[in-house]
Amino acid sequence: MPALCRDCLTEFESGPRCPACGRPRIVRHDELRSLSIAHMDCDAFYASVEKRENPELADKPVIIGGGRRGVVSTACYVARIRGVRSAMPMFKALDLCPDAVVLKPRMALYAEVSKQIRGFMEDLTPAIEPLSLDEAFLDLTGTQRLHGAPPAVMLARLVKRMKDELGVTGSVGLSHNKFLAKIASDLDKPHGFSVIGKAETQEFLRPRPVRMIWGVGQAGQDALERSGIRTFEDLLRWDREGLMLRFGSMGERLWHLARGEDHRRVTRNAPVKSISNETTFHENTKDPDILDGHLWRMSEKVADRAKAKGLAGRVVVLKVKRSDFKLITRRHALGDATQMADRIYRTARAMFDQLGAGVSYRLLGTGISELVPADQADRLGDLLDPQAEKRASAERATDAIRARFGNEAIVKGRALR
Amino acid sequence: MKVSIERATLLKAVSQAQSVVERRNTIPILANVLIEAEGDTVTFRATDLDIEVLDRAPAQVERAGATTVSAVTLHEIVRKLPDGALVQLTDDSAAGRLTVAAGRSNFNLATLPKEDFPVMASSEYATNFSAKAETLRKLFDKSKFAISTEETRYYLNGVYMHVSESEEGRVLRCVATDGHRLARIDAPVPSGAEAMPGVIVPRKTVGELRKLLDDDDMDIAVSVSETKVRFATPDITLTSKVIDGTFPDYSRVIPTGNTRRLEVDATEFAKAVDRVATVSSERSRAVKLQLDEDRLVLSVNAPDSGAAEEELAVAYGDEPLEIGFNAKYLLEIASQVDRENAVFMFNSSGDPTLMREGSDTSAVYVVMPMRV
Repeated sequence: MPALCRDCLTEFESGPRCPACGRPRIVRHDELRSLSIAHMDCDAFYASVEKRENPELADKPVIIGGGRRGVVSTACYVARIRGVRSAMPMFKALDLCPDAVVLKPRMALYAEVSKQIRGFMEDLTPAIEPLSLDEAFLDLTGTQRLHGAPPAVMLARLVKRMKDELGVTGSVGLSHNKFLAKIASDLDKPHGFSVIGKAETQEFLRPRPVRMIWGVGQAGQDALERSGIRTFEDLLRWDREGLMLRFGSMGERLWHLARGEDHRRVTRNAPVKSISNETTFHENTKDPDILDGHLWRMSEKVADRAKAKGLAGRVVVLKVKRSDFKLITRRHALGDATQMADRIYRTARAMFDQLGAGVSYRLLGTGISELVPADQADRLGDLLDPQAEKRASAERATDAIRARFGNEAIVKGRALR
Repeated sequence: MKVSIERATLLKAVSQAQSVVERRNTIPILANVLIEAEGDTVTFRATDLDIEVLDRAPAQVERAGATTVSAVTLHEIVRKLPDGALVQLTDDSAAGRLTVAAGRSNFNLATLPKEDFPVMASSEYATNFSAKAETLRKLFDKSKFAISTEETRYYLNGVYMHVSESEEGRVLRCVATDGHRLARIDAPVPSGAEAMPGVIVPRKTVGELRKLLDDDDMDIAVSVSETKVRFATPDITLTSKVIDGTFPDYSRVIPTGNTRRLEVDATEFAKAVDRVATVSSERSRAVKLQLDEDRLVLSVNAPDSGAAEEELAVAYGDEPLEIGFNAKYLLEIASQVDRENAVFMFNSSGDPTLMREGSDTSAVYVVMPMRV
């Protein structure tokens, strides 16, 4: 069976250790030389970068996140042993791990390292699809001749280089499509290398839970569970029409995924078409103050991302899901594109108000679409709203303060509801 | 029902009816026009539940009666019939069919019973007056470009018609705004209109009304209540609900302290704006105005596609000023000027600008500048 030493990159056929360097970090698989779609995910990326910057932190539990009231963004593996998980409220994390070193995220630094990693990837293939700062899909199909080595070797070399030159580790998933590559990278974290071959795909998936599917969140899981679908095996019992009837276009996709099929290509990020944010509540609510608070926070997040990307939207979108699961979306075209939280919020709020009061909701989201460069936005005042200009200045001042002192340095009262 | 009617007469009546009918309809009867024949008149009635239009046309009525038939289909048929044809409409209520016959053409259309047709409830009109078509045309034509299409501010989706006090005394006034520009048009108060309640006439009604106003000297009977407005000629009666909302206090939006005065030939100005805006492919093209002693430089700078500049001789005697506008807005207000020069009154590059025709204050426009 083809095998590869992840330390010295020697390819060989058999034996428990590498015949060249004698180390045991081996990956072996029948299809090792033919698979070419990969997912690379850095291990506890923000924490790793911080540890690299300050070697004293190396064996301490490190948590990256915002403030006591915030949530854990990343926890290093030392902290994870103690039960700390990302997205966990900070107070809970500190209960589990009182000696943790809590650091505010330094996004600019992480972006810098991410860019270097991207540079390494560019040496392998032009077909890179970054998902975030610390993970990406790579398609190395047809690069064997160019590199004189199969994709598996090149990927092992990539993570080795990341470790040697940048001091961060990553886990690789290698398979024959994106869906499986993403699952594979998670199988052997940290610093792992997992392969899912064509031959074992069905067998591999059969007992696993459908929540492994990227994009199936809690709500999706609930919906699947109501139809008796918990594992891929359950999914295989459904025919294509049945799934489509029940879950619409997602049903079609589920049918393919159940068979380990995923025809999406690895594409360099398509230009952003919209920016949006939504949240499913822990509990359904019809409390107008709570809903208003969510609406504002989401508008602010959308605005933050738009500002970071230098984009603005001509259309504001409101998305709500009522407690009876009815999904409603409303869009409103603006005369003048915007990236301001205030205008996104006000527009979304006006649309929300037209939906009628007293309804219980389970999900709320806002967004902008029909994007244009920021210099074409917020240029036109409103005759009937002379205060708008003042609010815009206040928002710009707030942005400047937050850029300097952190996101929580100044918040609107509305955001605390 | 059996009637004979001249094709041109029929076409005019039916086309007015079909334009009121909503294209996308969930209630079948609303796609139909109600045809009623009696005496020597056929009336055509169509509605979208907010607007009702009633057309009366002279015809030879052999047998009185009434039925309803698809407005769009009937319009298409009549439109395609040869000019000068005599059209015969025969209703077979037992079969639920209407036959349209002209020369050798014969059409058979499905009908719906006339009882199902929703006739707009009649109401009491507190105010009734008569206005010349020319007057109403000025009031609505010059204001309608500023009507908002924003559904969230539904009270801006029409023209606010009301009686107001101006420098020249009481006037019949129409105001429209979308928050970026505003038009305020005045006309002398017709006798009987003094106590009229202010109403917001919806955009679609303004469009339908326009078809009644082609003949300058035609007297239009206007009736207004709190909830409805009616415009009538001897042949056509247009009744519409008004927008149930409060029009914002526009008077505080109209700048009174703008002192920098620019006078320019409106046509030349509009042409120049249109020319320089060509280089920009943005949806909202920004034009920069640079004003100096009797000189106006219009420019557009679109980093991705190019730049343009044009100089115009103007009358301007104040301090130099740089101010930007949406090109479309400038074009639209400049095209309202038809007799004299356009006079712009500026304050600063961030404040609303006022525009009027010469020294005439009966038509005033306000436009918000744009950051450039």
